[in-house]
Amino acid sequence: MIFLKLLTRIQDYFEDISMGKFVIYMVLIAWASTTIMPLLWVTNNSFRTTEEIVNHPFSLPSSFNLENYELAQARVAILNSYKNSIIMSGTTVIIVLFLGGLAGYVIARFDFVFKSVIKKLLVIGLMIPAFVTVVPVYELLIKFDLVNTYLALILPHTAGNLVFAIMMLAAYMSSLSTEIEEAALLDGASRWQIFTRIFVPMSRPAFATVGIFTFLWSYNDLFSALVYVSHKEVQPITVLLAKVSTMYGTDLGLQATAVVITVIPVLLVYIILQKQIIKGLTQGAVKG
Amino acid sequence: MEVVFIKTKDDKKVIFFFLFPALLMMTIFLFYPIVRSFYKTFYIAVQNINPRFVGLHNYRKLLTDPAVWIATKNTFIFMIAAVIFQVGIGIVLAVLVDMIRAGKEFFKTVYFFPIVMSAASLGLLFKLLYNYNSGLLNAFLINFGYEPVLWLDASKALLMVMIPTLWQYVGFYFVIILTAMTKIPEQLYEVAYLEGASTIQRVTKVTLPLIFEDIKVILVLAITGALRVFDFVWLITQGGPFDSSQVLGTYMYSAVFQRRLFGYGSTIAILIIVLGVIITSITNKLLGKRDVSID
Repeated sequence: MIFLKLLTRIQDYFEDISMGKFVIYMVLIAWASTTIMPLLWVTNNSFRTTEEIVNHPFSLPSSFNLENYELAQARVAILNSYKNSIIMSGTTVIIVLFLGGLAGYVIARFDFVFKSVIKKLLVIGLMIPAFVTVVPVYELLIKFDLVNTYLALILPHTAGNLVFAIMMLAAYMSSLSTEIEEAALLDGASRWQIFTRIFVPMSRPAFATVGIFTFLWSYNDLFSALVYVSHKEVQPITVLLAKVSTMYGTDLGLQATAVVITVIPVLLVYIILQKQIIKGLTQGAVKG
Repeated sequence: MEVVFIKTKDDKKVIFFFLFPALLMMTIFLFYPIVRSFYKTFYIAVQNINPRFVGLHNYRKLLTDPAVWIATKNTFIFMIAAVIFQVGIGIVLAVLVDMIRAGKEFFKTVYFFPIVMSAASLGLLFKLLYNYNSGLLNAFLINFGYEPVLWLDASKALLMVMIPTLWQYVGFYFVIILTAMTKIPEQLYEVAYLEGASTIQRVTKVTLPLIFEDIKVILVLAITGALRVFDFVWLITQGGPFDSSQVLGTYMYSAVFQRRLFGYGSTIAILIIVLGVIITSITNKLLGKRDVSID
């Protein structure tokens, strides 16, 4: 009975929205299912043992098994690694947004001799896989005596993410309205004031997006972290998890748990920052 | 509308002080290492110790290495597919999500899931999907009475590693386009509506031209991203079987970190950069310079 009622409810809802909307929702839901499934799969497997995963990779856990989580907690100092990750990736995000914002503003709003050269250099910077720079950067870090300090990861990550940040922020700022800026200049505002009071607030959605991706790339990067900050005291969470999976061999259940443990804080950060984007949006609308 | 650059007398100083810190960081940790790699291409350095000068030997080797040609071809296939599918699907999804009200936040969040998950975990997932004995794909086939398929053989391996690689980052382009769309004022849409523009006209005449600059950026990102493809290929096939799914990223990685040929690996890196510069400048020429601002 209740089921039937629910069905008519759903039917009513779909009659309200037009055919076009229906097709749109179908397309969006189809793509969403491909992105939700893997997360469910990993979460599901974090409650199962390796044998279960290998023999039946896609079935539900036979019992709600928390063993992997207890193992993950007992075996390793997770909290300390979380702290390291957040300090290093957080600092990277702050520096990238600040320096990237300044540079992006200059590229978006000024015309100067080396502009095209700088733009070309940025594009080159985008093409470098991390493992091309890893050996020379490691040699540098040894020279500066920075290996196994927070800076050993913050500096290369900042440099690597700056390229993307500058390109994105410059693209966003270059099509912002010039009216307010002109008015401010006529009123005698300095460039610094224009940057902090006009461009930063107006580009908040772009800053938030760049911040999210910078955080993600820095947080999920295992390759350079393994080389630069592998010591127990400074290791980020990805390094810790890599150690867990090599130490405990092919324990797939434990690995799935590891993935869940790393993904949760990132998802939280993303959801919080996304709210921030929306807030920036509505504020802009009120002003405009 | 042409953007007019406003000039004041302190501009030179502003440009210098605003750009300098960012450029310094990139010079030390990005551009210097590239120059250093370039220097290494003239040496043979097994294990990165006792380098021996060999002139152009590494470059000659590069040109006659059949695996390099396969990897280059595959990288180009990746690039074309990235532009068509990643950017294409990203834009379509962003335009669609922009049209709806209910569930906007939901889609924004879930499309991001694959990017949040590390490639290592997704690689494992796809490996298990493709598995011959117990993979989901073959389980389906057997269920419907078909013969199981060897998904990662030489004829299909490239396609099979392309699917997760392209799929993972659609959400990335989606978010960027959606962010770009936020700067278009509501009034412009109202004007378009009052003038009787259809939905499709609104998208092609108002939305897309105004975010053209951002689309250019994501095209460059997609193209250069294709040159860096590594994770899934390495995790799923390691470039095999018989180099059939080899890309430049994986081939370089195996040269440096498996065969320990630092000089030759650097030479492949230089090839990646040279190809990238050529292709992006062609792209920029084709797309042209079209600065538009909302005024």
